[in-house]
Amino acid sequence: MKEKVIEILEDLTGSSDLADNLDINLFDEGLLDSMATVQLLLELQSQCGVEVPVSEFERSEWDTPNKIIAKVESM
Amino acid sequence: MINLQPYENPMYFVYLVIALLPIMIAMLRGKQLHWYQTIVSFAFLLLAFGGVKWHEGIALIGYIIFEVVLVGAYFHYRQRENQTWIFCSAVILAIIPLVIVKVTPAVYGHPSLIGFLGISYLTFKAVQMVMEIRDGAIKEFDPWLTLQFLLFFPTISSGPIDRYRRFKADYERVPNPQKYLQLLDKAVWYIFLGFLYKFLLAYVFGTLMLPYVSKMALSYGGISWWLVAYMYVYSMDLFFDFAGYSLFAVGISYLMGIETPMNFNRPFSAVNIKEFWNRWHMTLSFWFRDYIYMRLVFFIMKKKLMKNRIAIANVGYLTLFLIMGFWHGLTWYYIVYGLYHALAIILCDVWLRYKKKHKDKFPSNRFTKLLAIFITFNVVCFSFLIFSGFLDKLLFHNIILR
Repeated sequence: MKEKVIEILEDLTGSSDLADNLDINLFDEGLLDSMATVQLLLELQSQCGVEVPVSEFERSEWDTPNKIIAKVESM
Repeated sequence: MINLQPYENPMYFVYLVIALLPIMIAMLRGKQLHWYQTIVSFAFLLLAFGGVKWHEGIALIGYIIFEVVLVGAYFHYRQRENQTWIFCSAVILAIIPLVIVKVTPAVYGHPSLIGFLGISYLTFKAVQMVMEIRDGAIKEFDPWLTLQFLLFFPTISSGPIDRYRRFKADYERVPNPQKYLQLLDKAVWYIFLGFLYKFLLAYVFGTLMLPYVSKMALSYGGISWWLVAYMYVYSMDLFFDFAGYSLFAVGISYLMGIETPMNFNRPFSAVNIKEFWNRWHMTLSFWFRDYIYMRLVFFIMKKKLMKNRIAIANVGYLTLFLIMGFWHGLTWYYIVYGLYHALAIILCDVWLRYKKKHKDKFPSNRFTKLLAIFITFNVVCFSFLIFSGFLDKLLFHNIILR
């Protein structure tokens, strides 16, 4: 699951070294925006089978790769 | 009966602090005083919507019953079923009173009878609840708490727009004296900063300078340096007035143990228009981002209505800012203001993509950053000039004979 999430994120952000920066703040660094966030939610749905409604997306809980992985694994 | 508008004059704060004192003492001792808090809230709502404004008070009561019943009914429905058309109807019903209030003056030339101060902000809260109920994020319906949330008096007239689940957690939490002391500390700071903003700076820009530059710009007519001056003075007045008010609302919320989110975060230090909207009237722009933009983009992508990501984002921006423009009112300048910001963000995205592709070509240093802030600031001030309606007066209704 972890690899899959990282793969999705690398694909969305266009940066290939996220696996080494799991605590990087994706929003502050300008790697993710609202548009990419929606794509992330849709990819998680189609590739990982986790359904995340937009309401559950609280930015501060989803702003680093590590947090996203933890969220996905808890669902 | 007397009427007292929120944060209008220094005496309001004296009454407020006296009324909130028992709550503050209880909080410091780790206790809640919900019943007393309700009485204080009721009293201050009565002061704001009673007396000469009694008709607004009646409108507020009618509105609030309507919205609470609607949210409750949708909640009960959603526990059994989840049809899209019912959800859409609930959202439309929730915004109908606001639409009537916005359309009436444009059509009939007088304010609507069902209008009252703060109706927009209550509508944002109600729509938000309907959407989160649909998503299953709000798992129980508590009419009393919904009332407390919608009618939370420190923020009732102009926000900041809180979120139901966040508010609920704060409202129900047993206060921690240590933490409350920190909140008090911040509250005092915010309220005094608010005094500086609203009663000093906004007074200087709005009451002392603005009428003068306005008169000069109108008497020169057309494009003049006075018009440029008007643009900056108006922008400063708008910021300090609204940011000052927001600081009061947040500070007073803190006194009651509710951490209402901040509305402004040094907006004029933004390096581009996108960042500006993450710093200016934040609770409104985040509301639009979360409940309109992201949901629309999600819908378009999921249903595969469009393929091109850039085009989808642009459709999202246009929709968001046009709705924001209409929300401000049905006049050409509010709608142009919305379009202008949509266009600015679309161009900003074009530029950011270009920069990302040609990373090595552009220097990035203190000078380029200052230049970016300067450009953003001017783009924003120009948008406020449109927003102010002054151009309408200058171009189409300038009655000063030359």
